[in-house]
Amino acid sequence: MTLAPDLPTWAAIIVAIAALLGAAITLIGAIGLLRLPSFYQRVHPPTLGMTFGAFFILCASMLCFSILQSRLVLHEILIGMFLLLTTPVTLIILTESALREEHGAQTAAFVRGEPVDEPEQ
Amino acid sequence: MNALALALSAAQTMLALAGVCAVWRLVRGPRARDRVLAFDALYVVGILLLLTEGIRNGRTVFFEASLVMSALGFTSSVALAKFLLRGEVIE
Repeated sequence: MTLAPDLPTWAAIIVAIAALLGAAITLIGAIGLLRLPSFYQRVHPPTLGMTFGAFFILCASMLCFSILQSRLVLHEILIGMFLLLTTPVTLIILTESALREEHGAQTAAFVRGEPVDEPEQ
Repeated sequence: MNALALALSAAQTMLALAGVCAVWRLVRGPRARDRVLAFDALYVVGILLLLTEGIRNGRTVFFEASLVMSALGFTSSVALAKFLLRGEVIE
């Protein structure tokens, strides 16, 4: 398990720091997912891994392959765009289902900005 | 460059620990929505793990695998969340 690509020193340092930083941020997010007490708090921490964790590791991968193939390799942006675009969709649907289950359909309609019937006094 | 191999091993260990945290939440999660959330976090950790393995090997096969994984993971987690919201996936 001591395999590593043959990079110049400056690139190896940047790749190592970026990979470590991304992995550490993802780990912090996962610990938050495990430790926080309520569901609405637990929705937030995994997005750390999906935004900044993925960003740093994708940057490391882009730099590494750009130098190994000695041309600009940018196809990792595709994964980044995909994660950034799709994560909020899942989490919004999930949170709305939680709201609807706990507070009824009225609160979910209120969240979407639709008019809500006021309870009669 | 031995230090780079060490750093990549440390990054992979941290990502594996993150995966263990997500699996723990997936098993324990008090409600179904916690499990869907943990699955969502788990496939992202898998993508990042494949990418670091790709950096280590210097091959682009892992990139393609992680691209497929991101597409399928998004589709399945949206289907699960939609099922929790509406009671059916396709209306």
